[in-house]
Amino acid sequence: MITLDNLTKIFNTSMGPVTAADRVCMEVAEGEVCVLLGPSGCGKTTTLKMVNRLIEKTSGKILVGGRDTDTIDAVELRRTMGYVIQQIGLFPNMTVEENIGVVPRMLGWDSQRIRKRAVELLEMMALSPAVFLRRYPRELSGGQQQRVGVARALAADPPVLIMDEPFGAIDPINREVIQDEFLKMQQTLRKTILFVSHDIDEAVKMADKIAIFRGGKLEQFDSPDNVLAHPANSFIADFVGGDRTLKRLRLLKVRDVLNADSPSVRADESLDIAVRRMHEHDQGHIVVTDQDGRPTGCVLLADAVGRHGAAGDHARALPSPVRLDADLRGAVSSMFTHDAEWLPCVDEAGIFRGQITQRGITHRLGDTYRAAAHAAAVPADDGRPVAPQHFRGAAE
Amino acid sequence: METLRFIGDNASLILYLTVQHISIVGVAVGLAILTGVPIGIAITQNRRVADAVLYVAAIIMTIPSVALFGILMPVLSLTGHGIGYLPAVIAVLLYSQLPIIRNTYTAITNVDPALREAARGMGMRPWQRLWRVEIPLAVPVIMAGVRVAVVINIGITAIAAYIGAGGLGTLISRGISQTDQRQLVAGALAVSLLAIVADYALLWTQRRLTPAGVRA
Ligand SMILES: Nc1ncnc2c1ncn2[C@@H]1O[C@H](COP(=O)(O)OP(=O)(O)OP(=O)(O)O)[C@@H](O)[C@H]1O
Ligand SMILES: [Mg+2]
Repeated sequence: MITLDNLTKIFNTSMGPVTAADRVCMEVAEGEVCVLLGPSGCGKTTTLKMVNRLIEKTSGKILVGGRDTDTIDAVELRRTMGYVIQQIGLFPNMTVEENIGVVPRMLGWDSQRIRKRAVELLEMMALSPAVFLRRYPRELSGGQQQRVGVARALAADPPVLIMDEPFGAIDPINREVIQDEFLKMQQTLRKTILFVSHDIDEAVKMADKIAIFRGGKLEQFDSPDNVLAHPANSFIADFVGGDRTLKRLRLLKVRDVLNADSPSVRADESLDIAVRRMHEHDQGHIVVTDQDGRPTGCVLLADAVGRHGAAGDHARALPSPVRLDADLRGAVSSMFTHDAEWLPCVDEAGIFRGQITQRGITHRLGDTYRAAAHAAAVPADDGRPVAPQHFRGAAE
Repeated sequence: METLRFIGDNASLILYLTVQHISIVGVAVGLAILTGVPIGIAITQNRRVADAVLYVAAIIMTIPSVALFGILMPVLSLTGHGIGYLPAVIAVLLYSQLPIIRNTYTAITNVDPALREAARGMGMRPWQRLWRVEIPLAVPVIMAGVRVAVVINIGITAIAAYIGAGGLGTLISRGISQTDQRQLVAGALAVSLLAIVADYALLWTQRRLTPAGVRA
């Protein structure tokens, strides 16, 4: 959908030429979110603004939907792309509703349709329309302004969004809320999004692809998990942080590391059955459930040996269950908090579905490292070792 | 006392001269807005042209009004309007250019570049940007320029009585030539009062024209 081909920008300043983008190549597929990441001054904004031609490129090519942007009237091009500017830039002379309605009005929507759209978008941004529609930008906090800025970019439902640090001024709690809302929206709308951030956590959360820049050069363009697991160089490793493996947890759901083949026993079944199942599965504990299959406790093998009666009578307290769709970071955090080697997992109805274990999780995180090591060890046809594919550029 | 009685006795004459005065300033400044605002906007496109235009406007401003009438008279007498209403209007028009052009230029160039970029990035054409963003935000400053022009030119118009343009200056000039203290003071009072009232009226208009979202 969006292809950057050797995109270069050289600013001529009084201090001599500054290369803000240096032969950048990347390709963002339709419906994907690509986060441009990197330290201040690395060329993120410059790259972004070349896409909607607010900055004229020095050389290279930009294709949007297969068309060279040079062949499209700049104004027409921009109207197909929602734009969130880094400085927010709400028009102070217009109400929130009028700000959101700017592009729709240019496209000839009637005022009723614009009002409806503004209401819808404010609700999505967790701003009450009754309160905010008629307000002026200076009557809003920075974070509220930023949300209106995002709503304004979405107003005419453009297929492409380019957003320059759209959530930078929002407090962490609201930022999470907005990010979640945004991701939910993205799941249904499937827009193609270029998103500038300098927050690795935000990038990992939002991105299908992460593009990491340094000094105008694209250093790595890859999936969030690959960026975290296989940083292409030490700069990127430093940038993503020493806890990068822990950050990968956020990309996984409990269901991804679930061991569904975990035994359970009903509270009214006998202890003998519980012991037998533990032996069958070669583990020292078993989850006890009620009649409907909801976990209520667990029996340890050590407690059960030589005793008799119903399993329920020997049950201990259960580590708190986690939902299958929860993100793994929270689950692991809960494991550490409760000093648990494993956690029972439940579905939306609270029914026991299996367990996750610390070993299972480390094994899963290790898969990609082992695969990379394996690939490096296996010689290619010409006898040279094959390097793991860190960089996937436009050629792919 | 004498002066007050004079004013009471000549109320209708004073009113007539006031209307004449207002019509000169009003028409001239009105025309000056129609020329100065577009010029002020146009020169934002080019720094060097802007400097040149503002320089010329500033020079006009420094010409003493009597001298300007002296320049205009022979030129306009070619059309048979060397004295009277027309040269007065033209002089006021010229004197109004600097405050109006300069304030317009400053207001437009001072619009937050982020707003201009947001407007461009959203696909506004230059005219749309001007009408919907830049001019609304510039209005308070442009109006401040208009106020300055009006107040200055109410004074200048008083001098235009010497070239037969009428207006409140007539009382002053007669007061001087006839050494009539009453006329002189009545004329001066009326001119000052008119300037103050006009300033307040325009201040009120300025507030009304300022978009609600940027009102202080
Ligand atoms: N108009 C300009 N003229 C000259 N140099 C510029 C211009 N715009 C940007 N630069 C330079 O280009 C480089 C990249 O700037 P850019 O704004 O793209 O950085 P960024 O990655 O968006 O940084 P930040 O995270 O601080 O927003 C910087 O070194 C900057 O100084
Ligand atoms: Mg930037």
